[in-house]
Amino acid sequence: MNKSRLIIRKALSGAHAAAEAMRQINPDVVAVYPITPQTPIAMKFSEFVNDGLVDTEMIRVESEHSAMSACVGSAASGARTMTATSANGLALMTEIVYIAASTRLPIVMNLVNRALSAPINIHCDHSDAMLVRDSGWIMLASENAQDVYENTIMAVRIAEHKDVLLPVMVLQDGFITSHSIETVFTFDDKTVKNFIGEYKPKYNLLDTEHPITIGPLDLFDYYFEHKRQQFLAMENAKRVIKEIFKEFSKLTGKEYDYFEGYKIEDADFIIVTMNSSVGTAKFVADELRSKGIKAGVLKVRVFRPFIPEEIVKKLKNSKVVAVLDRAPSFGSHGGVLFNEVRSAFYEEPEKPRILSYTYGLGGRELSVDMLRKVFDDMQKLNSGKKIDQIQFLGVRD
Amino acid sequence: MKEKKFGWKEIPIGGVIEEAGNSINYKTGGWRTFRPVIDAEKCIGCMLCYLYCPDSSILLEKDDKFGFKAVGIDLDHCKGCGICASVCPVKIIKMRRETEFKNEKKVENKHN
Repeated sequence: MNKSRLIIRKALSGAHAAAEAMRQINPDVVAVYPITPQTPIAMKFSEFVNDGLVDTEMIRVESEHSAMSACVGSAASGARTMTATSANGLALMTEIVYIAASTRLPIVMNLVNRALSAPINIHCDHSDAMLVRDSGWIMLASENAQDVYENTIMAVRIAEHKDVLLPVMVLQDGFITSHSIETVFTFDDKTVKNFIGEYKPKYNLLDTEHPITIGPLDLFDYYFEHKRQQFLAMENAKRVIKEIFKEFSKLTGKEYDYFEGYKIEDADFIIVTMNSSVGTAKFVADELRSKGIKAGVLKVRVFRPFIPEEIVKKLKNSKVVAVLDRAPSFGSHGGVLFNEVRSAFYEEPEKPRILSYTYGLGGRELSVDMLRKVFDDMQKLNSGKKIDQIQFLGVRD
Repeated sequence: MKEKKFGWKEIPIGGVIEEAGNSINYKTGGWRTFRPVIDAEKCIGCMLCYLYCPDSSILLEKDDKFGFKAVGIDLDHCKGCGICASVCPVKIIKMRRETEFKNEKKVENKHN
């Protein structure tokens, strides 16, 4: 194992971990509009700008639609560009979120997950992320502030890779991660600077020697071909993400994977989840392990692109899998993550039973007791009892 | 002849057009319902139609008296919006239905 270069110990919230990563990345342009619970990222970063700690041109816009529009213009001009948002802010910028991906602009955005209205709610769920899951952005999930810091730095390299050129979203749970102060180990500035390197854009709108057109009308004769190229970019991203993970682990001494197992090698019962609930699930798995129950947790680090064969590899020896979704997918049979996991197993001759739990909507707490019940359900199902495949966790009857 | 269409591996990503100034190849004349017709003899050379035309479709000629005069319309690109007729101070541009010209050679409606 390599010696970790994460040598500076800091007390940071998830939001401040994102801002600290942004400071070290020192992007050319940040266009951002404040929205709870993302605001502390924009606030902290604006302090860095004011204090002259970054060279960034910070554009204070009048809405999220304008924030992403400014990012598109900036990235099209060859500038390394970042932003951040949450929930309704993301919903407002969604039109341009699609345009950023389709125009192949490697923007990096921290998304602090918050429930979509209505009724209005400022607390965590993943309905914002799920809104744009098909938009063509790569999505990295973060269990804690440390993951936020590391994912944000890796995101720059993944986005800007010549075979990818797609924007990347780094997810963290609103308030639970964004506003909780944890110990975060960071690199020195030089290490980050060396890792991300200089951005050499493929196209540059300001290069008057080579004038180009960006965002032209594209009708039935070429639009489909451009979409096909985006599929290839997502396919390439699978390889590139793995390469960046390997390179990054040389700096941190840690292992990274699309799906990261916790005590899953011999596990009969595995919870699959993403963001902060991973930590809670690990705690409960430890508790059950001490009682001799083979419990494990699979953390989703890369939600887009979703790689079926990788999740099958991790889960195929288990008996029952419970997939936790922190977003409603109305009219669908279970949550979005559940459907991805279940679909991944369709071709497999041997497969675990798979359950869907929707939890934590609008910031509803995910308690240790709830996850004890999930593991309990899995054991009951395994011993022949009938358990509902689709369930809600933590809603009052 | 049918034009060759490129495959998805052959075209620049993201819809980028790598060469400048090729909108002239995109013929939009086929969109037209009304056609502007200029009575060029009466043109006073104010060039308002030339300045306002969103498709750069006013054809000019040098003129001893006025400097320039509008002498015709680029029918390959004029979409028939009628702005020229609207801004002309001497009202010498008339919008006429395309059906009046149906016996003339049609402009191809190209989408690329």
